[in-house]
Amino acid sequence: MCLENIEEMNEKLKKTILLADDDPDVIFQVKHHLERWGYEVVAVESREEAERYLEGACPDLAILDLMMEEEDSGFILSYRIKKCRPEVPVIISTAVAAERGITFDINSPGSISWIKADHYLEKGFRMEQLRMLVNLYLD
Amino acid sequence: MKTLSILVVDDEPGIRSGIKRILAGHRVSFPFMDDDYIFDCREAASGEEAMAMLEESPPEILLLDNKLPGMDGMEVLEIIRQRKMDIMVAMITSYASLEIAAKATGDGAWDFIPKPFTPAELKASIDLITKQYFLKKIRRTMKEEGKKIRYQFLSVLSHELKSPINALEGYLQMIKDRELGESLQEYDAVLDRSLQRVDGMRTLIMDLLDFTKIRLERKDERIEHVNLSERAQMALSTIKPLAIQRNISLRYTGEETYYNADPLDLDIMLNNLLSNAVKYSHEGGSVEVSIHQVDQGLEIRVEDSGIGMSEEEISQLFKEFVRIKNSRTKGIDGSGLGLSIVSKIAELYGGHIHVKSMPEKGSEFSVILPVS
Repeated sequence: MCLENIEEMNEKLKKTILLADDDPDVIFQVKHHLERWGYEVVAVESREEAERYLEGACPDLAILDLMMEEEDSGFILSYRIKKCRPEVPVIISTAVAAERGITFDINSPGSISWIKADHYLEKGFRMEQLRMLVNLYLD
Repeated sequence: MKTLSILVVDDEPGIRSGIKRILAGHRVSFPFMDDDYIFDCREAASGEEAMAMLEESPPEILLLDNKLPGMDGMEVLEIIRQRKMDIMVAMITSYASLEIAAKATGDGAWDFIPKPFTPAELKASIDLITKQYFLKKIRRTMKEEGKKIRYQFLSVLSHELKSPINALEGYLQMIKDRELGESLQEYDAVLDRSLQRVDGMRTLIMDLLDFTKIRLERKDERIEHVNLSERAQMALSTIKPLAIQRNISLRYTGEETYYNADPLDLDIMLNNLLSNAVKYSHEGGSVEVSIHQVDQGLEIRVEDSGIGMSEEEISQLFKEFVRIKNSRTKGIDGSGLGLSIVSKIAELYGGHIHVKSMPEKGSEFSVILPVS
């Protein structure tokens, strides 16, 4: 097998991450790192755009900002993903919780029943933190 | 229908049962209250007995005779005051002694009922106390809501400040780790974005200062006879560089108009309205400012040929930190405070702001200021 074919195959095997965030700087930075770690990234800036993508495709992992067009865009998207593909892991990222005194704590059994997501990531996270999390779900 | 509990404290059994009988069928209803109130009376024959009942289950209203065997009414009142018990007290003074009545109302009693009283007089007193009780409840809710709003404001603010800081930190980390290679040129986009975020933060802080200036009681207010047309032209020249960049034409119409106000307030309003008009216009669009006399006073109108808004978006518009997010507003920066600042200032002068808008046609913001 020649080198080109191997690269082509690797491209095909690359796992796809849906990244939805209305902050273009978050998109730029997170996309950059995810790609460097070898993932294919579909980046969108709104729930609407994400839903259009989800109509025809399914990512291997989704990283969703909580507040986009609505205060709970991330939850809506997560719900849509889980409804048809419950095995796709979803990470919800937000800067809202801490300041508003809302603790979602997705990892507690009480919350898991209503928040249909696998992990909750507070914004301002370090990239190593994200890498560990992505590895956990995808490798 | 709601029930308020009343404790009647009097050493004369006839008075206690009389009050109970009069109030048994009494109902208080005011047009401004959602509910009617009825009453449930309990009795105590002495100050000591009253204290025991107050501790066990405090009533909303206490009808308290002053002349009691043992501990007298004034002493009971004093204890209620010291313990900050939340009870509305009306003193029953056995003879219409103004001295005791004055002392009691000074010590926290709401009302006094001179003995002997007719059923109508008793009912009138109870009506008054119920009204006060209702107002007290409203005041308490208002205070709590005020706290909630302040808390919300601060929490949203810290969120709005955190996003640019996170973005900057991320970019600095990328530069530090040479994420984009060794050549400085590769970082141009990152540096541009960082500068933009710093700019955004500055705008937010400036807007916030304007906002707190409005919120706080202002002591440095200086009202002048301001040439409004001149101010409008100044605001236009401030926004001109951005308008040129986006190829938006600016126009001013209207006669020379004067208004008595703090010139700073007028500048803040004009600058906010104009920068919105330019920001939310399509390239090549137009923005027009006009100032006219109208029936109610003076109208400052800013019209643009911009992206416009739907009815639903307009209803969200004046909330603090609300920025309309949709595909048309993508890439437009702002603090989300501008319009709430404008409407607060207008209110300060007894005026108001209203909006007409059509998606993809444009918006028209009018500030109406009454002539002082």
